[in-house]
Amino acid sequence: MQYLLAFLVGGLICAVGQLVIDGTRLTAGHTMVLFVVAGAVLSGLGLYEPLVRWAGAGAFVPVSNFGHVLTKGVVDHLAREGLWGALSGVFEVAGAALAASILLGFAMAVLFHPRG
Amino acid sequence: MASQTQTRERQAQVDYQQFASRRRPRPRYLRNALLAFLVGGLIALLGQALTAWFAGRGLPEDQASGRAAVTLVFLGSLLTGLGVYDEIARVGGAGAAIPITGFANSITAPAMEFAREGYVFGLAARMFQVAGPVLVYGTASAVVAGLLRYLLVRG
Amino acid sequence: MTPPAQAAAPPARPQATPRRLGRGTLQFMEPPRIVSAFTVVGPMEGKGPMGGYMDTTLEDTFYGERCWERTESKMLREAVEQAIARAGLAEAEVDVALTTDLLNQCVGSSFAMRSVKVPHVGLFCACAGFASGLALAASLVDGGFARRAVVGASSHHDAAERQYRFPTELGVQRPPTAQWTVTGAGAVVVAGDGAQGPVQITHATLGQVWDMGLKDPYDMGSAMVPAAADTLVRHLHDTGRGVEAFDWILTGDLGRVGSRILLDWLKERHGVDIDGRHSDCGAMMYDPSRQDVHAGGSGLGASACVVAGYVFKAMARGLLNRVLLIGTGSLHSPTTHFQGESIPVVAHAVCLERPGAR
Repeated sequence: MQYLLAFLVGGLICAVGQLVIDGTRLTAGHTMVLFVVAGAVLSGLGLYEPLVRWAGAGAFVPVSNFGHVLTKGVVDHLAREGLWGALSGVFEVAGAALAASILLGFAMAVLFHPRG
Repeated sequence: MASQTQTRERQAQVDYQQFASRRRPRPRYLRNALLAFLVGGLIALLGQALTAWFAGRGLPEDQASGRAAVTLVFLGSLLTGLGVYDEIARVGGAGAAIPITGFANSITAPAMEFAREGYVFGLAARMFQVAGPVLVYGTASAVVAGLLRYLLVRG
Repeated sequence: MTPPAQAAAPPARPQATPRRLGRGTLQFMEPPRIVSAFTVVGPMEGKGPMGGYMDTTLEDTFYGERCWERTESKMLREAVEQAIARAGLAEAEVDVALTTDLLNQCVGSSFAMRSVKVPHVGLFCACAGFASGLALAASLVDGGFARRAVVGASSHHDAAERQYRFPTELGVQRPPTAQWTVTGAGAVVVAGDGAQGPVQITHATLGQVWDMGLKDPYDMGSAMVPAAADTLVRHLHDTGRGVEAFDWILTGDLGRVGSRILLDWLKERHGVDIDGRHSDCGAMMYDPSRQDVHAGGSGLGASACVVAGYVFKAMARGLLNRVLLIGTGSLHSPTTHFQGESIPVVAHAVCLERPGAR
């Protein structure tokens, strides 16, 4: 059941993205930005966390989750440190994926050549 | 006089744009959305399977999903290196761009492409050419959203 | 005091053949001949409908080089050197080289021509470059400023992608109006002085820059139509010819989308019907049923390879009598696109004729 939900929600979010790309002048890059901001907004409203608990990977695989975890880090640290926490907390949760992206991007660029 | 010419030119432009627009092929909305749904759904399914695997090894839910996300980053990066991810995206469109694997692809692809312009000014400098906006606007909106929540809900 | 002797007036050139017709068509008094041609294409182009007419087909997109810019230069250099060799000439016997490509600062041309010891000028009008090169070369030759000129043009799909659009391994989905930059280089030697060759250049019409406010770099075909239409109409008006005088009105790279718009635009707004007489080099380079190129090919390689590969051979065999090549170019850059500018376009025409076809 969890698998089905993940598939449906993850697929639906991507389908919405596809309609945005095809139907507007926005490119895939714009759409990624749109989704990450939407994730942050929904997270701030307290709506994204329940979505993750319900749909699992269907909610945390799309890039909207990136906006969510950035916001989660901010919220956590604000609670602990006050206003300074907005800065110190933002990459707390997202840091692992970000570090992995940079390191792996570098590694693949050293190991492989583009083939066109 | 000059503005009359400008108006005529502008009208001619609009006229041609409409002429061309009526003869331009439209994207296949339904087919593309369906393929994006399938590809994006499958990647989410893989993410769910990975989470279950990590959870099965005794990790709490949020750590398991964190590990799954990093694993997907690895896969997206590797498939980009192997020259496969762009083929997946050709078919899947947003289904390949929106998942976290697409984020990894958006970092790995420019890094690979511009490595031949050197490791500093090529690979490293241009690595965030596509993903940069996601980072910038993600961070900005997260800080604003988080602050608003803190000030309005808690305070 | 005797009046100062007047310098003898130079003998008047016979003006039976006017050199300028109408608003901007050049008419060559002794039409220069295209005496040789050579083409180099990539593997995908080799598998396309024009593949059999190309001289060298690469096995991969690298041609042994470590990056695609070097590959493109290598292809252009080979096309130029081999075109000169096929004309039975030494480099010292070629008076001028006009080459063009799509890379920033025309480095494809400059780097290629380091090895070719011919006075060289690089040109840029995007994909209209080959046609403009032919026009300028014919002008230099007919004007007596050069006995032999070599004209070359190249484009490379991956080099163009990484410069104009996105890294080649990035997952991008192209819209149906997008075109595929041809990986190809073509060169011809244009000669005067009574040289013999299967193709002669009789006229050229240089185009003005147009801008109809279109902004989508993934739909250049639509943007370039008005320039192509205007240049064609002016050429017909200036020469007094109708479309029936030509076997082909051959556009450079409007692609399938732009071609359809051109035919309609000419018929409905200019009363000119080129249906059945029109072909597009970009559309000819690939087979849409086998090759996923959306609206067809684009790039300088399209017009250079179709003309230097196919038209040259077809005219030699008497299959074509008169072709009007209309090279079409989109003059934008990634910077202007991101700054929200529209796409200026230009189209240059040259009339290619089989000698004796009147």
